[in-house]
Amino acid sequence: MIYFALSLLTLSGFLCLYRIGSGPTPADRMVGIDILGILVVGFCALFAVFTGRGFYLNIALAWGLLSFIGTTALAKHLEGKKFDE
Amino acid sequence: MSELAGKAIIIVGTLFNLFGCIGLIRLPDVYNRLQGATKCVTLGTCSILLGVLISSGVGPTGMKALAAIIFIAITAPTAAHALSRGAYRAGVPLWEGSVVDKYEEEGS
Amino acid sequence: MIIAGALVAMISGVLLGKMTTRHPGRGLNPVRYFWGVCYIFVLAWWVTMANLDVAFRVLHPDVPINPGIVKVETDLESESAKTALANSITLTPGTMTVDLSDDGYLYVHWINVSSTDVEEATHQVVGRFEPILRRIFE
Repeated sequence: MIYFALSLLTLSGFLCLYRIGSGPTPADRMVGIDILGILVVGFCALFAVFTGRGFYLNIALAWGLLSFIGTTALAKHLEGKKFDE
Repeated sequence: MSELAGKAIIIVGTLFNLFGCIGLIRLPDVYNRLQGATKCVTLGTCSILLGVLISSGVGPTGMKALAAIIFIAITAPTAAHALSRGAYRAGVPLWEGSVVDKYEEEGS
Repeated sequence: MIIAGALVAMISGVLLGKMTTRHPGRGLNPVRYFWGVCYIFVLAWWVTMANLDVAFRVLHPDVPINPGIVKVETDLESESAKTALANSITLTPGTMTVDLSDDGYLYVHWINVSSTDVEEATHQVVGRFEPILRRIFE
């Protein structure tokens, strides 16, 4: 069961990577990066079930925070502003 | 019992993640991709974390999963909002089959 | 230890509440919390519908979409209510907030535009959440 879920998530991750690699505009690549960041949180939660160790959820929380900050920084950059505006 | 329910919710969540990423490939422009992918991936990841919460019960692991659910449900739409506005300001055009664009008419 | 922590949190909340928020008494009304719990269930229902909708559109061989950016109007006053409304719109079927203007208009990207009129779009997009958000935040 857990192998099925992990393989489905890996397939989604590869679809995201295809969009990051081939996106016609920079905004498409940034969308791919945002979605991949959320997928990794799901990966960490699945690893917590798979290995039975709770500390993977700490990684999931920290990754969610950093991914959100990174996405907002990329959006600011896309808008053509400096980061402190 | 709760083990089984948690696993079922995890499988449903991964399926929604897969649908969101198929949408990322098939939909035609930035805004549609962002829309489909954000909705599906947010619910999918929240379902995976909810499955962890249900199968592990109330405890340190479950509470961390609950915190992650609340965090993702708040930040994912905000990030999508920021990205779409940034893409519009950067001049990414809408798909040619779009019906109406009030944002351009009324000025940004 | 836990009791000491709770005491410190309560004292700092009472002291700093007037400084940091505009209406410090609002957070103490239990009716708002009741509507907040109702709102979570309403939101969960619409999010599930949204995902089935997106899954249908994505798996259909023709990709049946009809997108566009429409303008809707909201008369919610407080900033937190507007933020919650924008996030809810992003998570519900076929709509995504693009920008929020200062005078109460939202620009919404709609994946299946059925009406370009401001009143009609407002009724269809915002009407699901506005009453319950007004009960929570105002």
